Amino acid sequence: MSALLEARDVVMRFGGVAAVDGVRIAVEQGELRGLIGPNGAGKSTLFKCLTGQLRPTAGRILLRGKDITGLPSFAVARLGVGIKTQVPSLFDGLSVQEGLMIALRRQHGERAARGLAGAALERLGIADLADRTVGLLAHGQRQLVELAMVVAPEPDLILLDEPTAGMSLEETRRAAEVIRDLNRRHTIVVVEHDMQFIRSIARTVTVLHQGRVLVEDEVSRVLSDPRVRDVYLGRQVAA
Amino acid sequence: MSLALAVGLQALTGVAMLLIISLGLAVIFGMMRVINLAHGEFLMLGGYSAILAVRHGVNIWVAMLVVAPLIVGLLGALVERLVIRRLYGRMVDTMLATWGLSLALIGVVSMIFGNTVGGFSAPLGSVDVGGFYTSAYSLFLVPAASVMVGAVWLVLRRTKFGLLARGTMQNPEMASALGVATERVYAVTFAAGAALSGLAGGLIAPLSGVVPTMGTAYIAKAFITVITGGAAMLAGTLSASVLLGAVGVLATFLTTPVLGEVVLLAVAIILVRLLPHGITGRFFRRAL
Amino acid sequence: MSRRNAIEIVTAALLAAVVALVLPRVAELFVLINATVFVSMAILALSLALIWGFGGILCFGQTAFFGLGGYAYAVTALNLGESTYAVPIALAVPALAALALGYFMFYGRISDVYIGAITLTVSLILFNFANSTAGDQWHIGEAPLGGFNGIPSTPQLNIPGDPDATLSPQAIFVVAVICLASCYILSKLVLASRFGRIVVAIRENEARAELLGYDARRYKLGIFTVGGLIGGLAGILFANCVFVSPTMFSLFYSGQVIIWVMVGGVGTLFGPIVGAMLLQGLTTWAGTLPGINPNAILGVILMLAVLLMPTGLLPGATAVLGRLRRGIAP
Repeated sequence: MSALLEARDVVMRFGGVAAVDGVRIAVEQGELRGLIGPNGAGKSTLFKCLTGQLRPTAGRILLRGKDITGLPSFAVARLGVGIKTQVPSLFDGLSVQEGLMIALRRQHGERAARGLAGAALERLGIADLADRTVGLLAHGQRQLVELAMVVAPEPDLILLDEPTAGMSLEETRRAAEVIRDLNRRHTIVVVEHDMQFIRSIARTVTVLHQGRVLVEDEVSRVLSDPRVRDVYLGRQVAA
Repeated sequence: MSLALAVGLQALTGVAMLLIISLGLAVIFGMMRVINLAHGEFLMLGGYSAILAVRHGVNIWVAMLVVAPLIVGLLGALVERLVIRRLYGRMVDTMLATWGLSLALIGVVSMIFGNTVGGFSAPLGSVDVGGFYTSAYSLFLVPAASVMVGAVWLVLRRTKFGLLARGTMQNPEMASALGVATERVYAVTFAAGAALSGLAGGLIAPLSGVVPTMGTAYIAKAFITVITGGAAMLAGTLSASVLLGAVGVLATFLTTPVLGEVVLLAVAIILVRLLPHGITGRFFRRAL
Repeated sequence: MSRRNAIEIVTAALLAAVVALVLPRVAELFVLINATVFVSMAILALSLALIWGFGGILCFGQTAFFGLGGYAYAVTALNLGESTYAVPIALAVPALAALALGYFMFYGRISDVYIGAITLTVSLILFNFANSTAGDQWHIGEAPLGGFNGIPSTPQLNIPGDPDATLSPQAIFVVAVICLASCYILSKLVLASRFGRIVVAIRENEARAELLGYDARRYKLGIFTVGGLIGGLAGILFANCVFVSPTMFSLFYSGQVIIWVMVGGVGTLFGPIVGAMLLQGLTTWAGTLPGINPNAILGVILMLAVLLMPTGLLPGATAVLGRLRRGIAP
């Protein structure tokens, strides 16, 4: 049984610098995996390699055992992957409902899409925003709208890049709830640098440091690992 | 052998010509991310300034090399103040507004000078290059282009203004936070770019003649040359001019001048397709 | 299809019917021919409104398709001696050109200012090439290309299948109005479809659309090709009331189309149509004034439009009307 998502020795170099330097991870079906690390650890670069926004310099990325390395992001999305970027990426000129419809109409007819859109907004508690113009919403609301667009088509795998960036404490708590709830039906990978948040949602955590995997273990063990503490406090560690 | 020499010289002047007509656009685009679609009309006004100065008894060299850039540079300062400054950071709007300016300048100049071709004969006479007579003035364009590029390089590399301008180009917010008057930097840069366009207009006037619509013949060529060059404005424009200019002259030599131009433009388009970030997006990345 | 869309489509059809029925009966021949030119310009404006306003593709060379449509029509009609097959061929040529150019650009992931540079350059290439076709050696079959002078003997449309039944200028005007109304309605329908909604979504945020599984390149190519086709139709109609010449490819026309769309309102369909008619009327009128060059007026209008009214005439006017109706001072 192969993993749902697998990165095999992925390397991403920019000029002479290797932002990701031989990362190997495997995410099983049903997991809620946290991907953490201090600033500059290579989390976001790895994320972009996984989603097809960047083509890795070396290594392979597999989805359900199928090689997807270098596929453009729309092709990755079509394989049942929902992707949420760090800065909310939305259709600012359209209404929330229209955005949801765009997300759904690729696979569904008008009527079915309408139903699923309503359900997704309901799940995230933003049904009242349906007719609002996306560009005029507050930051936290925008995060939720994007999340709704990502989960509405019921993807097998959801990749989230710093979903709580810029959220208030209350919004963060809500997002944690939402993500835990989503995990009942979807496999989720969350990139975060906020360890508190990761502790509240994830079971298994992979810690990246200087482009490599430093530790990968159950969340409480990772958080008590002295190497992880050192990395977050800025001390040098031999990985 | 002498034919090869003549074609070689042709190619050299072709490259110089392309560089001269593109440099003003390149400086403004490279430093400010502004595409000035009135660039062709800045050339045209440079040409008219030189002609009028010559007619009023000004020495022909002074008219071309001093009067033309001065007048167009002043106009550039005015345009920056009235139009460009209101549209910073809105690239498409700037393009549209300068396109409007281009039409307006063509219209106004036609109303003043009519649609007739003006001009003055090229100085320096002709020289014998291995049995082929060629205009000595067109050979003069080669050192002229070199001096123009060299001057821009020196200003950017060796003066305080150049340092501030490069800083502003890299990160306007940071430069501003460090106390650089970025507005003034932009204003001076735009005026300087306009002056370079005016100088170019003065330089090409004896060869091309001057009509109100002459800018339309140059704008697309200059635009695609700068885009082909990519982000590093001097290295980019220089390499694009060398490549496209040589291709254009060769194609002209094999077919006709008009088809030569068609080939030049077609090659430029293919280059932009193959190197979407321009030549300097792939090569000479650290150049200026 | 929303109710509002349905109302707009019916209104457009009725308006077109009235104009097509009334104007040929009351207007003089000269006015009617001029009106046909205006209608062809409005169709050209509509084609760019689709590509730029809805596709978000900044095409500086819409005249490439306009000229290609005109030339393809003139050349085919001259060779066949009638227009039955010339029209579909003259629609296919610009559409295929748009398809090829679009494929070249979008599948090369070229965007923004680079699209502007390439499209401008393509129209210049065509302009230069058409200009260089003077002399007897330049002909396609029976049709001389005529260089700078173009093809003055551009044939008129005839009833399909009946070469002798050449259409009168009155009939050509009616055909042009029907074409404009059809293109408008077609565009409305395209934009209301799933395809159209995704095109607009890509304009709003290409990266997000791709992350949702849409291949942005395909949709951009689609709208670009439709725009090329409509631009070509404008060229055919123009060729029928003037004649084809290299100026159809010129930078002046490219600039004018952009002004029409900009002034009429980027992101609307009706605005650019109105913009084309109004400004074309203005330039025609200004051209008759002694000592006035219409370009000066057009240029100033474009600058003012960008500086003062970036959303365009129609949305600007709608906003003002809305405020007046609600009784709120601006």
